[in-house]
Amino acid sequence: MTTVQIEIQLVAALVAVTCSLPGVFLILRRMAMMSDAISHAILLGIVLAFFVTRDISSPFLIIAAALTGLLTVSMVELLNRTGLVKEDAAIGLVFPLLFSLGVILISRFAGKVHLDTDAVLLGEIAFAPFNRLELFGYDLGPKALTVMAVILLVNLIFIISFYKELKLATFDAGLAAVLGFSPGIIHYGLMALVSVTAVGAFDAVGSILVVALMIGPPATAYLFCDRLSSMLTASALIGVVVAITGYWLAHFLDASISGCMATMAGIIFGLTFLFSPGRGLVAMSLRRVRQRLEFAQTMLVVHLYHHEGLPEEEKENSVEHLHEHLRWRRSFSERVVWFARERELVERQNGFIILTERGRAAAQKAITG
Amino acid sequence: MEFAPLLENLLFDYTFRTVALGSATLGIVSGALGSFAVLRRQSLLGDGISHAALPGIALAYILTGSKDQVVLLLGAGVAGWLGTLLIIGIVRNSRIQNESALGLVLSVFFGFGLVLITFIQKRPDASQAGLDTFLFGQAATLVKNDLITMGALGAAALVLMGLFWKEFKLLSFDPDFGQALGFPMRVIDVLLTTLIVIAIVIGLQSVGVVLMSAMVVAPGAAARQWTDRLGLMVGLAALFGALAGVSGALVSSSVPRLSTGPTVVICVSVIVLVSILLAPNRGLLWSWLREQANRRQLQVDAVLEDLYILAVKHGDIGRGHSIEVLRTMSIGHGGVDRSLKELVKEGLVSETGEGKWALTPEGFEAGRRLESSGDEER
Repeated sequence: MTTVQIEIQLVAALVAVTCSLPGVFLILRRMAMMSDAISHAILLGIVLAFFVTRDISSPFLIIAAALTGLLTVSMVELLNRTGLVKEDAAIGLVFPLLFSLGVILISRFAGKVHLDTDAVLLGEIAFAPFNRLELFGYDLGPKALTVMAVILLVNLIFIISFYKELKLATFDAGLAAVLGFSPGIIHYGLMALVSVTAVGAFDAVGSILVVALMIGPPATAYLFCDRLSSMLTASALIGVVVAITGYWLAHFLDASISGCMATMAGIIFGLTFLFSPGRGLVAMSLRRVRQRLEFAQTMLVVHLYHHEGLPEEEKENSVEHLHEHLRWRRSFSERVVWFARERELVERQNGFIILTERGRAAAQKAITG
Repeated sequence: MEFAPLLENLLFDYTFRTVALGSATLGIVSGALGSFAVLRRQSLLGDGISHAALPGIALAYILTGSKDQVVLLLGAGVAGWLGTLLIIGIVRNSRIQNESALGLVLSVFFGFGLVLITFIQKRPDASQAGLDTFLFGQAATLVKNDLITMGALGAAALVLMGLFWKEFKLLSFDPDFGQALGFPMRVIDVLLTTLIVIAIVIGLQSVGVVLMSAMVVAPGAAARQWTDRLGLMVGLAALFGALAGVSGALVSSSVPRLSTGPTVVICVSVIVLVSILLAPNRGLLWSWLREQANRRQLQVDAVLEDLYILAVKHGDIGRGHSIEVLRTMSIGHGGVDRSLKELVKEGLVSETGEGKWALTPEGFEAGRRLESSGDEER
């Protein structure tokens, strides 16, 4: 690996971790689409601030963009509060407008501006190592690295110092309000955090893929985490995995790094969704099949026990008869009998099924409870 | 831009006419079907579908090598539809909520689409021009064949909407009731979503995947302000959609380096703003005026009631009371002068002397009614 490659991966991992932390709260507070709205709208702030400062690397851009993020949130709330538009529609009305204004400003003044619509959508993480931070003649590494590290620090400080408040406001907003924590302040604080994070990440991965990094890792973690602290840790770790695997996918496909990171976020979510132990789709369907068989096996032993030693025993206790009596399909009956034989509850004797000692005990237990 | 040449272009210029017709079609279809999405609080679904369409377009191009609109739109439709099904599947089989699933599918599909597009750009044999227009839209690239595709798809979607009007109405307002009546609400839901996918696909070339969602939400949200009837709302939304589509497309086609998507969004946002402010009954302006009028009426009533109380306490209707007394009594209401003038005009109060006011017999009667109705409420 060359230094450039290592530096790109470092930036990517840092961006992913920084995005995933506020993302956890967005997911838990059911505000995931707010990240979409904010990450689009900040473009206008960046463009306007650029026209004022004429310097793409000015820290003023971050402040302006963060303010635009907050403006978006308050515009959505204002619209929502008129009662004329529902919240989802309000989000869908506000951010396309702000984003459109940003795009038009960029494309009208393209050429004069070091900003183009490709950069807006894709980001420029591949060039991150070439934009270096120098202080007193010393090379301090890529500028993006420092910027993201500062934003990550801000995120960590906010989350650690308001951990209790955030937790309460997220899981029981009513109780938080009663106890005197203002949910409004927490809400806007969090939104400011999302905005600042989105601005930092915007440079690296573009506006729409910020959403993938904010939602992907936390949503994946949410699939298997039951504690806020473990969800935060897991999201950060998944973010790192997404960044590194995304980088190498892009390397081998010779395609956009940020696009590959988003793709990896999706793939990792999909794998977890399918195969996570206990809660994954596969584990759940296997459990469902097993429960169905176990229930059917109980039905079978009870049925056999019921007719045991009676004159109709021969007729009742054949595999063919199960279809008639228990309404099982033939293939299913065979499977249930096989399942029960594996557990030594029944035996097969010239076409009939008879209970073993264990089977009899199981039937008695099922009947008497 | 002068108006007359614009109109002339609109009528006689081939490109202008194509662009205008195409944008009108997309506006009508997305406006009409988007109304249902707005009513069902699924405004952001359009955002998900349109972003999710991008990899479909790119894959269709990679697989067929054709830039034929029908092929690309078919790819877009399939991908958008798949994205919707994934969202439903994730929500149904895990604890992830709708919002998060939507955001996840939207951004991951879009990211994958961008990967495919950068991939295509690097192929030596193909110029990717044409695919780029799908990001922010370029109505000027429409040709007559595109219009035929768009028109056919749009007409089919609208006819289906007409045929299933009653079912869609049920779905939007009371799906549980529909279920109880024996309608297969899930099937109807999928059908409506499919039609919305078609509406979005129609607009992709002109407006682009990034901003097409606005054309689903905004016309419906604007139309909702003007009426409480579904039929009227859908019609108005179609009209607003067409208006925004045509004006945005024409402006962007006549100004260089201006993508259609953002321009259309700004046009449609203006329509929404006007509707929210000015629509009769629901509009913010009217409700503000109503509030002002109510406040005036309360002030007038307060003065009338004060005069009545004074008249009863003094046992003398004809006795005049100075305005200072009334002002003191109505602290917190204000507007005593204007209220008195209004009452005089209505013949309920008369001026008995310099700065002194008293109730007329009619005024006394009115004050008594006001007082007793107030007592009842208490």
